[in-house]
Amino acid sequence: MYCYDEYDQKIIDERVAQYRDQVCRRLANELTETEFLPLRLQNGLYMQVHGYMLRIAVPYGLISSRQMRMFAHIARKYDRGYGHFTTRQNIQFNWLKLEETPDILADLASVQMHAIQTSGNCIRNITSDEFAGVAQDEVVDPRPYAEILRQWSTFHPEFAYLPRKFKIAISGGREDRAAILAHDIGISATKNAQGEIGFRILVGGGLGRTPIVGSEICEFLPWQHLLTYVESILRIYNQFGRRDNKYKARIKILVKALGIDEFRRLVEEDWADLKDGPGTLTAEEVDRVASFFIDPEYEKLPDHNSKLNEFKADNRNFSNWMSRNVIAHRVPGYAIVVLSLKKPGNAPGDATDAQMDAIADLADRYSFGEMRITHKQNIVFADVKQSNLIDLWQEITRQELASPNIGLLTDMISCPGAEFCTLANARSIPLAKLIAERFENIDFQHDIGEITLNISGCMNACGQNHIGNIGVTGVEKKNHEEWYQVSIGGAEGNDCAMGKILGPSLTFYQVPEAIDRILQVYLRERIDEGERFIDTVHRIGHKPFKDYVYATDFEEESVKNDRDDMSVMPAQYAVPFYSPRF
Amino acid sequence: MMIIKNKILVEDDWQVLRLNDQETPENVVVAAGKVIVPLKVWLAQRDGLKQRDDLGVWFASDERSEELKEDVRKFQIIAVDFPKFSDGRGYSIAFNLRARLGFTGELRAIGDVLRDQLFYMQRVGFDAFAPRPDRDIHDALKGFEDFSEVYQTSFDKKLPLFRRAQRKGKSSVEVVNG
Repeated sequence: MYCYDEYDQKIIDERVAQYRDQVCRRLANELTETEFLPLRLQNGLYMQVHGYMLRIAVPYGLISSRQMRMFAHIARKYDRGYGHFTTRQNIQFNWLKLEETPDILADLASVQMHAIQTSGNCIRNITSDEFAGVAQDEVVDPRPYAEILRQWSTFHPEFAYLPRKFKIAISGGREDRAAILAHDIGISATKNAQGEIGFRILVGGGLGRTPIVGSEICEFLPWQHLLTYVESILRIYNQFGRRDNKYKARIKILVKALGIDEFRRLVEEDWADLKDGPGTLTAEEVDRVASFFIDPEYEKLPDHNSKLNEFKADNRNFSNWMSRNVIAHRVPGYAIVVLSLKKPGNAPGDATDAQMDAIADLADRYSFGEMRITHKQNIVFADVKQSNLIDLWQEITRQELASPNIGLLTDMISCPGAEFCTLANARSIPLAKLIAERFENIDFQHDIGEITLNISGCMNACGQNHIGNIGVTGVEKKNHEEWYQVSIGGAEGNDCAMGKILGPSLTFYQVPEAIDRILQVYLRERIDEGERFIDTVHRIGHKPFKDYVYATDFEEESVKNDRDDMSVMPAQYAVPFYSPRF
Repeated sequence: MMIIKNKILVEDDWQVLRLNDQETPENVVVAAGKVIVPLKVWLAQRDGLKQRDDLGVWFASDERSEELKEDVRKFQIIAVDFPKFSDGRGYSIAFNLRARLGFTGELRAIGDVLRDQLFYMQRVGFDAFAPRPDRDIHDALKGFEDFSEVYQTSFDKKLPLFRRAQRKGKSSVEVVNG
């Protein structure tokens, strides 16, 4: 993975000093909270329900064991012993003290990490394919370009105070695993007929209140022009994006208002001045950055380990795990392993300090000391020898990271929700927990097969509800009840689509039952086990699902016993009951 | 009034004309002496004002540098207003005035100008700053020192870091991870 040279390190160290001074000035009241707010946000520091939350960047999700151990250290020393991995491949700590945050940044800088631009109206962490470099369908390794974009966007002077946040994702496989159609800029690294590398550039995608699939602004941009072209897009957005209404301020609204053709014309007019200028990438720079992403020293190994098959035959859990959590690697004898952070009873994406330390140790032993955070809030070991799979599985089973549920119902995406986030209308994590408990039976999940279930506590859609096959969104809190909309038909990847709301809102305790009914319709209607949930939705449409979900009343009896008394919610919020430590 | 120019404090006697509710770009009377007038006033009264050599012009954040295109070289000073420091349009206005329109005179940031934005402002082409009067202007000077190195090209750095420096690839970086 990429390692800092003295320039990178200097910039990060100077950032720590700058931020430390800003915090000092805030504590001395030389900066007002209004003035400090954008400064701390551009450093990933939010004021949340419990205090300060810090979001740390994991650039394009790639992280070393040493860095993972630093997260464990931060969780222990400054927080309450756990962290939350997010859908944008970052990590969040929820219980921090403002005056300690400069020290946290200094600790992070010692392992080449930072929290720069993880929030605020600026260019956010660049996200990418969690299988970059090892996927069988890869055309171009996106990681060097993701790193080049990271450096270019870091402290870009012109684009620090945009109308709204700005998210860029890049992928390089035939199948999109970075949700590039749902980003402000989505980049698909590809090759033309001559074998030259270039990018298909999409613009104006996004979720939130106004979910829109991105539009193609450039079909094939030769690699040299990546930075200048993106710069022009940002400059047009910075000047023309709406600033009068934060809900209309994202680039997707501008692209829709102008139309993609007019937007493209403006961008290309701006770009004409930059094209082939000094911002143009050089082969030397791309080669330099790419040198950090060359293959590790793979051994020459045979594929198909017969021992694996024997073990599989004797061990149902292992066999389930192999079928869901282990993915084919492009190098014979190796495998990609997904560690599941979706154990029933746990908040999706949460890991304790002990787990993080254990994961780091295992990465050293089994995967060249590196791992990736996924947008589904799991962790990937990208380079595991097939002959080590049994040992690794036994190890991670002990760490409770081997739930064989990747891509299945309980591999849910969930935002932190109302217990942590001041924006949320409703809780997400307890709902995820309730759903996970209800559908815990792994045979049932394997029978349902591939499905995505994404939960957000509000329409800002951090839990990517729109692109879940089933999406759940907290819409309001009313009469001591939380209300949610349920949608179906959303999808990520090449067939990215926004889900359609099924019907009237449902309460917290009705949502699992509604999901149950949706799944009953699927099981009844699917042609065979090969037809995925999303395929059935496409084939038969929403109506049969809607009709069945709302045909009969929701039973209140089944949920009465453990119903929360919403009137005492504040006390409960203070210490979330589901968190790994409490 | 003191302002910051080329990173030092200097006395300054330019007046910034801001219209009140009764005034319009057409009817406002531009006083004699060194006045920085709103772009709209310049465009409305251009014929009457073009003989004067003691005027500057300032941009509101929703105006675009191209609106001044033909006249940009007439001025020794152009200002860009930041109604709120978090309104970032002024950065692109400044960059375009410098890089696109070739403005070489003084480019001044006015309005909600604060220490923590100065580093970025000087990068996109501002060389003069009128910090908000309720703040210590000496303190603001520290804002220029936040970073000693930058990655990307802007108006201040014609070359990005990768064209200016001999940077190290994997073989020569001390690998500290893993």
